Amino acid sequence: MGEVPVKVTDACTGCGVCVDACPFEAIDMVNDKAVINEACRACGQCIDACPVGAIVMSEAEAVDLSDYRGVMVYAEQRGGRVHPVSYELLGKAQELAAQLSEPVYAVIVGSGVGAGAEELVRRGADKVFLYDDPTLADFRDDPYTDLLAQCCKEEKPSIFLIGATSLGRSLGPRVSAKLQTGLTADCTYLDIDPETRLLRQTRPAYGGNIMATIITPNGRPQMATIRYKMFPEAVKVDHPKGSVVEKTVDVSKVRDRVKVLGFEEAKEQVSISEADLIVSGGLGMGDPKGFELIREMAETLGAAVGASRPTVDEGWIDYRHQVGLSGRTVRPQVYIACGISGAVQHQAGMKTSDIIIAVNKDPEAPIFRISSLGVVGDLYEVVPRLIEKIKEHSGRA
Amino acid sequence: MSEGLNIVVPIKQVPETTEVQFDEETGRLIREGVAAIINPFDEFAIEEALRIKEKHGGVVKVITMGPPWAADALRDAISMGADEGWLATDRAFAGADTWATSLTLARCIERMGGYDLVICGLKTTDGDTGQTGPEMAEHMDIPHVCYVSEITEIGDGRVVLKRNMDEGVETLEAPLPLLITVGKDINQPRLATLRGRLKAKKAEIKEITNNDLKMDPNEIGLDGSFTRVVKLFEPEVPEAGEVVEGTPDELAEAILAKLQECKVI
Repeated sequence: MGEVPVKVTDACTGCGVCVDACPFEAIDMVNDKAVINEACRACGQCIDACPVGAIVMSEAEAVDLSDYRGVMVYAEQRGGRVHPVSYELLGKAQELAAQLSEPVYAVIVGSGVGAGAEELVRRGADKVFLYDDPTLADFRDDPYTDLLAQCCKEEKPSIFLIGATSLGRSLGPRVSAKLQTGLTADCTYLDIDPETRLLRQTRPAYGGNIMATIITPNGRPQMATIRYKMFPEAVKVDHPKGSVVEKTVDVSKVRDRVKVLGFEEAKEQVSISEADLIVSGGLGMGDPKGFELIREMAETLGAAVGASRPTVDEGWIDYRHQVGLSGRTVRPQVYIACGISGAVQHQAGMKTSDIIIAVNKDPEAPIFRISSLGVVGDLYEVVPRLIEKIKEHSGRA
Repeated sequence: MSEGLNIVVPIKQVPETTEVQFDEETGRLIREGVAAIINPFDEFAIEEALRIKEKHGGVVKVITMGPPWAADALRDAISMGADEGWLATDRAFAGADTWATSLTLARCIERMGGYDLVICGLKTTDGDTGQTGPEMAEHMDIPHVCYVSEITEIGDGRVVLKRNMDEGVETLEAPLPLLITVGKDINQPRLATLRGRLKAKKAEIKEITNNDLKMDPNEIGLDGSFTRVVKLFEPEVPEAGEVVEGTPDELAEAILAKLQECKVI
């Protein structure tokens, strides 16, 4: 972590026992008090040796909360293309920053990502911190962590938001641990407490059965990862006033232990997160072949194919189709659930859809309690007729 | 490197069901009367550790932080085949968020006699954060790889593995020591054998308290946590619309009408 984690408390009597115990000559006596120097390897010998228990392992450093201003967003990118969740976070950041009267920042890391930085300015960021270096082309947790931590230490934002994508969920915890601050996972709602000016971070827990609101009173920045498709994207502003701030990347100062050997793009590019129309299948289909019908229906409608967790668990379909708390959150205009009973964890991933249509044989299925239109019937009888009718309709139109 | 690999699997005991209830007055979860199990994702981690040990030799140590009865989860892991069970238990550890939990576990693992590979379940079914693993790696200053779906090679102090990202599968090479998180696509966990259960019953569980770790009280448990839960509440449920019955043709017609109404066809 850079800093020495061994600390000497006021209880030190200056007896010097630790100096003899230390195998690395890492303790000096200064004004009759033990002081740990940079040779310390945190072996803990001194902790065991100290007769008064005055030496402790300690990571915590005091932070002066008033030093921190600004709402910062991590702009995730792959191949230079900024992930849309970053624009959603930027939109939310603008709202939070306005309430706090603080600036809006974004930080982008990669190779040749200047255009992405410019786009963030056009969408209203006051400052975009750019870490651009050929060695940063592929995402690796190590260097990206070190650069984001460096950025937070230099710019001191009060809030730092990261998209809860597979990348963000790996990177966020590492950055928060390095910065010694709290991180709230997978938030679905954010607001500012007007009295304390703290960020209220709301997230589902226990498989979506409970919502929890969490604050980070003493760590800075207040960090959260945010689910995709929760907020509208920041749009282009009329007169962008922000600027791109190029940061120097000193490759020799960042860790880089994991090598990327290859990347195999998913065979089927499933974009349920972005889809306006989704047709989903559940275990109620009774057979993996049910997805053939779901696909046909999806094709007819120009919709994406979704799936419930049990069907993915059963291996009926790739996990990238999974809708729900442990899969993707979706927010289409219309969500058609076929043979999905509607477990809470599934609902957590789709209940904010504008219109929910459910087809299920069981009139008691929980999905009907959240559906705009519930259809009690056998999907194998209803869906083929529906496909025909849609085709007829489009033929007429 | 000495013979075989030193593998550590941090696990957590979680309620068997996620359908929890909470006390509206105190805002606390009611945990009484709910059976406790090993976090299901941790079983994939234990299984992967056992498979690596079977192939390359070594030792599998499981550790958990929790109340004394969390030892049950360790015994379950030992009955699957783990060699040692370690329990970090101290009132001072209670109420920890992921930051404090990961720091305490990191300090424990550093005292457990070396480690080459730390394997975590990718998240727990109760907290659902998936943060403790990567945070632990940072506290130990070792690299980490999340969502590992396959370990293709281990040897010469390095590992080649695949991880599932949103857009596809990455192949990575990482040095040991390393922390990885795994989910259900990596293996099929074995069941405990009767012999395993007998062994687990007699196994010694090694306890670690803060007397051993000597961590600053301000960085463990609730006091060491940066986050605070201020409110728990039930999620909002969208209002239900009409539920229709009828012949397949009528039902298809009803859906068609709805789709037309929302102008998607």
